[in-house]
Amino acid sequence: MTNSRNIKSFFTALPKNIFSGFVVSLIALPLGIGLALASEVPPIAGIITAVIGGVLVALLGGSNVTITGPGNGLVGVVASAVLLYADQSGLTGSEALHQGYLIVLAAVICSGLLMLILGFLRLGKLSNYFPSSAIQGMLAAIGLIILGKQFHIMMGNRISRNGNLEYLAEIPQTIINSFSYNDKSLTLAMLSGVISLVIMVFYAKIRNKYLQLIPAPMWIVLLAIGFSYYYELVLQLPNPIHSDYMISGIPEAHEIIANIPTPNFKEIGTIGFWGVVLSLTLIASIESLLSIKAVDKLDPEKRRSNVNRDIKAIGFANIIAGFLGGLNVVTVIARSSVNVNNGASNRSSNFFHASFLVIFIVLFSTELTRIPLPALMAILVFTGWKLAHPLKLIDTFKIGKEQGFIFLTTLIITISIGLIEGIVAGIIATGLIHLIINKSVMPFVRNILKPNVLMFKETDTNNYYVSVKNFCTFLNYSKLKRKLDTIPETEEAIIDFSMCDFVDHTVMENIADYKETFRKKGGNLEIIGLDLLDAGSKHPFGLRRLLPVKKVLESTGVLTNRQELIKTIAKELDYSYTVRKKIETEYLENFIYFKTKTINHTYNEIGKKDTVFKVFDVEFYEGEFIAKEVVRATMLYTKLDHVLPMFSIHREGLLELMYHYAGFKDIKIEKEPIFSKKFYIKGENEFAIQQLITPKLAEFLLDNPTFHIESNGKALLIFTKERLAGVNEIKKMKIFTNELKKLL
Amino acid sequence: MTHFGTILTGIAFSPNLKANVFETLRLGSLLNAKVVLVHVGDKNNKKEQQILEYCSAFPEFKDQVSVIWKSGNPVEVIITACKEQQADLLILGAAKQKKINKYYLGAVAKKIAKKAPCSLLLLIKPSVDRIPCRHIVVNGLKHPKTNNTIQASFEFASAIGSSNVTIVEEVSQSEVTIKVDDDKSLEKSTLLQEQILERETSRVSIILNEIDSSLKKGINIKSQGIFGTRGYSIGHYAKVKRADLLVMNKPEKSTFWDKIFPQDIDYILSELPTDVLIIH
Repeated sequence: MTNSRNIKSFFTALPKNIFSGFVVSLIALPLGIGLALASEVPPIAGIITAVIGGVLVALLGGSNVTITGPGNGLVGVVASAVLLYADQSGLTGSEALHQGYLIVLAAVICSGLLMLILGFLRLGKLSNYFPSSAIQGMLAAIGLIILGKQFHIMMGNRISRNGNLEYLAEIPQTIINSFSYNDKSLTLAMLSGVISLVIMVFYAKIRNKYLQLIPAPMWIVLLAIGFSYYYELVLQLPNPIHSDYMISGIPEAHEIIANIPTPNFKEIGTIGFWGVVLSLTLIASIESLLSIKAVDKLDPEKRRSNVNRDIKAIGFANIIAGFLGGLNVVTVIARSSVNVNNGASNRSSNFFHASFLVIFIVLFSTELTRIPLPALMAILVFTGWKLAHPLKLIDTFKIGKEQGFIFLTTLIITISIGLIEGIVAGIIATGLIHLIINKSVMPFVRNILKPNVLMFKETDTNNYYVSVKNFCTFLNYSKLKRKLDTIPETEEAIIDFSMCDFVDHTVMENIADYKETFRKKGGNLEIIGLDLLDAGSKHPFGLRRLLPVKKVLESTGVLTNRQELIKTIAKELDYSYTVRKKIETEYLENFIYFKTKTINHTYNEIGKKDTVFKVFDVEFYEGEFIAKEVVRATMLYTKLDHVLPMFSIHREGLLELMYHYAGFKDIKIEKEPIFSKKFYIKGENEFAIQQLITPKLAEFLLDNPTFHIESNGKALLIFTKERLAGVNEIKKMKIFTNELKKLL
Repeated sequence: MTHFGTILTGIAFSPNLKANVFETLRLGSLLNAKVVLVHVGDKNNKKEQQILEYCSAFPEFKDQVSVIWKSGNPVEVIITACKEQQADLLILGAAKQKKINKYYLGAVAKKIAKKAPCSLLLLIKPSVDRIPCRHIVVNGLKHPKTNNTIQASFEFASAIGSSNVTIVEEVSQSEVTIKVDDDKSLEKSTLLQEQILERETSRVSIILNEIDSSLKKGINIKSQGIFGTRGYSIGHYAKVKRADLLVMNKPEKSTFWDKIFPQDIDYILSELPTDVLIIH
């Protein structure tokens, strides 16, 4: 019974998943090629990785809406290993690189084997033992390594240096030199890179439905190919970009199959080889686990991924990928978030993303050689920049100076020595700081092995109660995690730290994640007992000894023009006006619109306390990492007097038409054909919604078509566009709402 | 049969002496038991005078009190006294860790505790004035000794006028054989946990039914299941619930393995969450 229902729902969701798989493949194609090139391996290796990962993890994995493929984190390790083995091979040029590539393939296979073992031993939790700030530092270092190296290629200045620091230090020189290229073809190569970077940076800021249909990396690919055809067909000239800076050698499909490389295991006895294997395993696991955790938060159905199963699947995919000439398969955050935003509902979208990649390669592999290298590297430079954004360091310092120190230690050691050394340094730095803060080793030594977490279900209230004793840091966080994982997120739970002398940042941050998951799934997780401890900083994730001081959100005091006007309206209407940012936004989260979005805060709020009617600006984002888009919009929220079905109504546009074909359900209102045709109506209870749309309401909405209306059952959310509204628009919104409420 | 016919305590002339003697005598009178005070060391008039003075604070009860003066190894003296006097309950005081609010059993007391042939009461904060014992937490382990322990707890509770008794069933986490990986396994494991707890609660309720209703009168009885390391989590629970007394089974004779791996009781003895009563 349930089985046949599952199969049915799988098939009904299939169009959506094919659609999102398609959109993801548009990003995966340029990224895959770019990552492979940056890793000093043949470009097709990136596509092979994505295809193998997509197919195998879709079939065997345990997560729901993640996308797997080549990851950014591994670029540095793979590239340096390829170059090292290329040097040792005694050959030169591309042959040497090929030798390096074959040895790296063997390392990929071995790391796959290690991950498989980790999965079977249920050691997915190993990553819990890494302090958050050290992981952040490591990721930033990876970002800098990618950025440092690819920046030069993006600017049309290919250089080869020994250390990561040298690449970074030469960036200014490369920028200065780029103004004085004598060769016009180099200048054009540089321009293609810079324009691509501009596209990457500004794409998220432009909220145009039609532009956003195609992801930024694909725009770059399309523009580049278009440019090349313009020269070839219209101007009848050869491509003016320097041939060294064009993608070379994307083989055709049959050649790929005929020329599958054979991994070279001759280095398997050396320590260096296993160092590479360990680095690959470490990064692939951490990147995957972090991504899975982040994607679970985006999943509209709020499912919990089976992490160990996913790790096993990824490990297995690594082994196969290695044998077929691919790199390490990891779960990737940016592509996964695009997947979620385009309506994916199960693992099949990952499979379809792989399938579309195969189709692209079969049909268009020769077209891809029309893409200039700098354009692709711009995508990677942007990725690197996002990973190593200075705000990350500033944010870490805000949490606490000691966290900033851990971050920097990890970052510097990773860049200057290596990944494993970096993360080890991060762990040691964290441990030392904990000792210094507590001025004693004893509490740690005495209590490290003792079970310190008690959990029980209170018999009278049915709440889960978790009490933590002694200390709780990255060293023993997994004990707490194990208990927390057994609590269904739909329940009420309390974590009590009052018997704890020391709680560190890693724990605070992870608990904040749990808190969010609980809230999203309808439960509640409360933290108590921190008020006795003394905080390292005012940041809610700061290590403690203390209570989560609600983020004190600053306001400058000086109002902008718009704020002054809003203030005047508020006065006219006898409403109160608060400029201050508010982070209590739970009331917005159960609207359909916000299901796949994360709200940062609301601000500029006007409203009346007693009637629960308010207009505010809200800042939220969708997508993660390079696909992240921060949006600010003005919305109106009002409580309803009576219960309504959940629905979302807005005017149909091209985008909805496409979604429609992709299987998103639009409720038809038979009595009101014109209304039904012009408006896009979504909701669960089809019958109740059809009942709701009276002729009068339909007429009213047809007269006022600009509004997006949503009901969560108890309240209405109304807005015009996904941007801040002007003062007049706010007024109109208010009048519209009053009329609408009368009709509902 | 009563579990607390004769109470024995070792006394030393420390600042805590008065509190220790008062606690023992008060308990003796509440339990209607004989009290034996054992002093390790030579007898002298001044000390005897002091003890008599303390005893006179309990005028109706002082006839039940006897004092033994004997020098030698404190561990041996006390253990022999327990045997000779056929003591049912031995009271020991705990030491407090410097600065932090943690109590543990001193080296001598620990040795005595391990060798004692009778039940043990470990007091963390002996007091001259009476501090009412409101809440008693009792272990409800699945073990043949548990019936007796629960029986004794009720005798004790009703004698000292305690109003709350909670029976805690500790279930080892390893009994929950389903590992939580995703939503489905979480559902299964939650269900399994509920079944185990239900089973444990019904087991304890059978024991509770056998207890004489006069002992249960006026006592609010609760039963609570906990998943966690045995011996440890009950102590943690007692502390969380701010219980005044924790009652536990006496552990089995230690074997070779127990010396390497800490036993249930070791967790409790190295960090006393509250007053602890160990029933022999």
